[in-house]
Amino acid sequence: MLQRLRKNKSSQGTLLAMPTTLWIVALLIIPLILIFIISFGKRSPDGDVIYTFSLDNYARLLGYSTDCDTGQASCFNPLYVQILWRSLTLAFNTTILVITLAYPLAYFIARSHQKHRSIYLFLVLIPLWTNFVIRVYAWMMLLRKEGVINIALGWIAGLFGIDFVPLELLYTPGAVLVGMVYEFLPFMILPIYTSLEKIENNLFEAAADLGANPFKTLLRVTLPLSMPGVVAGTILVFIPVMGTFIVSDILGGRQVILVGNLIQRQFLDARDPTFGSAASLILMILTLIVTYFYTRKFGFGEEIVAA
Amino acid sequence: MNPNRRSPFVLVAAGLVYFFLYAPIIVLILYSFNASRVNVTFEGFIPSFSERVVMEGSMVQSSPCGPFHWFCELVKNREVASAARNTLTVAFTATIIATIIGTMAAMAIQRYNFRMKPFSQLSLYIPIVIPEIVMGIGILILFSQLFGFLNNALGLTGDSRLSLGLGTVIVSHIAFMVPFVTLVVQARLHGFDKSYEEAAMDLGANEWTTFRRVTFPMILPGVLSGALLAFTLSLDDFVITFFTNGPGSTTLPIYVYGLLRRIITPQVNALSTVWILIVFTAVLLLQRLQNREV
Repeated sequence: MLQRLRKNKSSQGTLLAMPTTLWIVALLIIPLILIFIISFGKRSPDGDVIYTFSLDNYARLLGYSTDCDTGQASCFNPLYVQILWRSLTLAFNTTILVITLAYPLAYFIARSHQKHRSIYLFLVLIPLWTNFVIRVYAWMMLLRKEGVINIALGWIAGLFGIDFVPLELLYTPGAVLVGMVYEFLPFMILPIYTSLEKIENNLFEAAADLGANPFKTLLRVTLPLSMPGVVAGTILVFIPVMGTFIVSDILGGRQVILVGNLIQRQFLDARDPTFGSAASLILMILTLIVTYFYTRKFGFGEEIVAA
Repeated sequence: MNPNRRSPFVLVAAGLVYFFLYAPIIVLILYSFNASRVNVTFEGFIPSFSERVVMEGSMVQSSPCGPFHWFCELVKNREVASAARNTLTVAFTATIIATIIGTMAAMAIQRYNFRMKPFSQLSLYIPIVIPEIVMGIGILILFSQLFGFLNNALGLTGDSRLSLGLGTVIVSHIAFMVPFVTLVVQARLHGFDKSYEEAAMDLGANEWTTFRRVTFPMILPGVLSGALLAFTLSLDDFVITFFTNGPGSTTLPIYVYGLLRRIITPQVNALSTVWILIVFTAVLLLQRLQNREV
């Protein structure tokens, strides 16, 4: 048998790839199938899953409750649709803000002298590898009523002799947005840098020779050629923002509930895995649709591995 | 891109973004030296050293460690020690397994044609396109259903019941790490020149010797960078661990998250400071290594 395996290149390949593929099937694909099955199930009184085929969970997500008296107008409650919509718009806003902040920095690094580039990149990597939870905590300290931002604002107001009442910054939608932007900024800087770095200098010279001013060069040469980086970065930012629950948990308190918080609570506090599964399935489909149309329009660069 | 004239706008914008990236981290570190136990505002450094901790209200007046009081408290904290041990156990075990099987898969995909290949390749993108929370709860459902079934079928009771713990955390970490390892190693294998192996075979080396003496040393840098990526992913992971850990298998990120929802003392900041220092050193070493390669 060993002799045969030695000759058969195809089964050698299968054998080598087997552990990885099996691992992915067992722990990533089968769980997705389980989520799909359970989302049509029902919750038993003691929090277990009853396997049936019921669309109750999806009806509930759309705002129609099944366990209230029939025919009542108050039965319709679009709470969950609002949560989904809030998560989508937050992910969208975060991505736009992150691109706006990341682009100039990536551009700066890509155009700086070869010698200094690794230092500038190093400075981006430090916050990236500082733990996610620690980074949220840092913003908690900054945004608190007695926090550094309010102290700084109070000091500035004092300079102008204005009375200053500390602002409520923590536990607001703005706090969650800032936290998300901060968390995911490095994931945009690195892919944009990678695509900018590849652009050859003579392209800029050619543009200048042909009479383009710096602004026109940016618009017609730099931006289009760096699109693969922006696309890869968007995928690396948009998808995690859609599913993150720590940022809204810590910086939003109970005020800002996102789909991630909704799912997490179904598995821990409320204990309804079937409803949580339905919500995750919707979340997954939403992100896949957005990613699909986005990558089909702009293409999918290898920059995604760069980060 | 080569050096070029930089517009002042780009310079200022880059400076502001760096400020945005670092201001929170600097504040975080500063507060780990806070004299106030309440840690709401910065009340100055702990002024002096003494044999025993002297408190006045919520203020630490002096401590055996002086300004480094909270770092000493951290070292004495048993929960932190256990969480740190768990974090490292998970990261090391999962990295070793993920690196081995990921490298094998990368070689298979790069050099062989087999029927499963398109599927194997496509499945590598799952952790990139699926939100982490969905993977986390999926794995949680898998384990709870599987363990429920096995516990019933085998009649396990009490302590012998299968439940979430370090084992489930490690197995789950491997699942989301292995695609990244495979992709990184595969990228490095891309430009691999096969003629070296052919030369070794022509000179009479068998397949195993060729792999050990020629192939492996050549792909080693790729394998190492894959392993490093996997290790950092594991250290940093919160979501997957959150859903797959059980009693006694708390990792550092989970521990910090738990603290944030309760009382926050400067100890959390001290822990963060230590973490940032470790990351700083690790990234610095990594860059040195890479620069030497080039």
